[in-house]
Amino acid sequence: MFFNSLLTNFAALEVGQHLYWQIGNIRLHGQVFLTSWILLGALLVFISIGTKKMENDPKGLQNLLEFLWDYIRDLARTQIGEKVYRDWMPFIGTLFLFVFVSNWGGALIPWRLIKLPNGELGAPTADINTTIALALLVSLSYFYAGLSNKGWRYFEYYVHPTPIMLPFKILEDFTKPLSLSFRLFGNILADELVVGVLVFLVPLILPIPVMFLGLFTSAIQALIFATLAAYYIGEAVEEHH
Amino acid sequence: MLAFNFFGATEGGLFDINATLPLMAIQVVALTYILNSLFFKPVGNVVEKREKFVSNNIIEAKNKLSEVKKLEADLLTQLQSARTEAQRIVSEAENESDKLYKEALELANNEANASKEKARLEIESQTTAARDQLSKQADDLSELIVNRLILEK
Repeated sequence: MFFNSLLTNFAALEVGQHLYWQIGNIRLHGQVFLTSWILLGALLVFISIGTKKMENDPKGLQNLLEFLWDYIRDLARTQIGEKVYRDWMPFIGTLFLFVFVSNWGGALIPWRLIKLPNGELGAPTADINTTIALALLVSLSYFYAGLSNKGWRYFEYYVHPTPIMLPFKILEDFTKPLSLSFRLFGNILADELVVGVLVFLVPLILPIPVMFLGLFTSAIQALIFATLAAYYIGEAVEEHH
Repeated sequence: MLAFNFFGATEGGLFDINATLPLMAIQVVALTYILNSLFFKPVGNVVEKREKFVSNNIIEAKNKLSEVKKLEADLLTQLQSARTEAQRIVSEAENESDKLYKEALELANNEANASKEKARLEIESQTTAARDQLSKQADDLSELIVNRLILEK
């Protein structure tokens, strides 16, 4: 009896349900785009307001944005290196901001109050499509970074320091996007599920520490994703001697 | 639908990969360009301009500081030489005034001595003159006395 009701409750969490948009022959997860547009719109509005009147003597929002910029620059510079970090800083920064805004937006905004015909709104990063898209972009980026910086010498990396490394390095090209996407997806989805289940079972007080833990995890995941992306790019452009 | 229907469903499910993936990738690439022109470039320009400004100012301040130190040392040597010069002038002036004083003193002494001598001589001559006169008068008197005594007899 109890288990039955528990299962129905889980089902009521609507895991794996999507709001489908049908455009011609292709199908999209509408809830992912809806939340990402709202959050990215908010981010862009925030940034436009902050950079509208840039002064040499920063005030208010500009301070925050400059701090953010500095933080991203430090991240990109330490991982990629002094020589090419400028080219990749916007990409790393966008990854960080996108993942961070998605995670926190998913955790902080009470999306559940908005009823959809099917599925529910939530963090865009809790959808496997988003995280795989991000991870594949990172893969393309580090290949492009390596090839454009070192040409065919990029493939020396695969036999460095010994040719024995070749199979492992090739395997890495597959495990990198896999681990990137599943780490982010798993963490954010698990956080949403844990909070959802706890809210369902004990609606008062008890979910709050878990929610704070979720915020912490969300921020850390954004940092990890951006740092790893920068590290992979840095690894690809690094010169071996 | 129950909880066990998570995976592998052709319709729905957690791992339902479809056109959301490429569209999301395109969206993120577009976002990269938008954020680059809206955020990374303008903020970077401002921050780097300020960093350049600050480092230039630091270099300038360092140059000025070294210049100030040089000037200070210069001034110190100038001050030192001025001080010795002043000391020299003062001692010279002291010597000069000393000399003048001594000269004046000597002159005054000589003059005083001369006038004293003159006065002494004058007194002496007057004394002798007075003595002469006195003795002459005494002679006259004695003669008179003698004459009178002789005449009475």
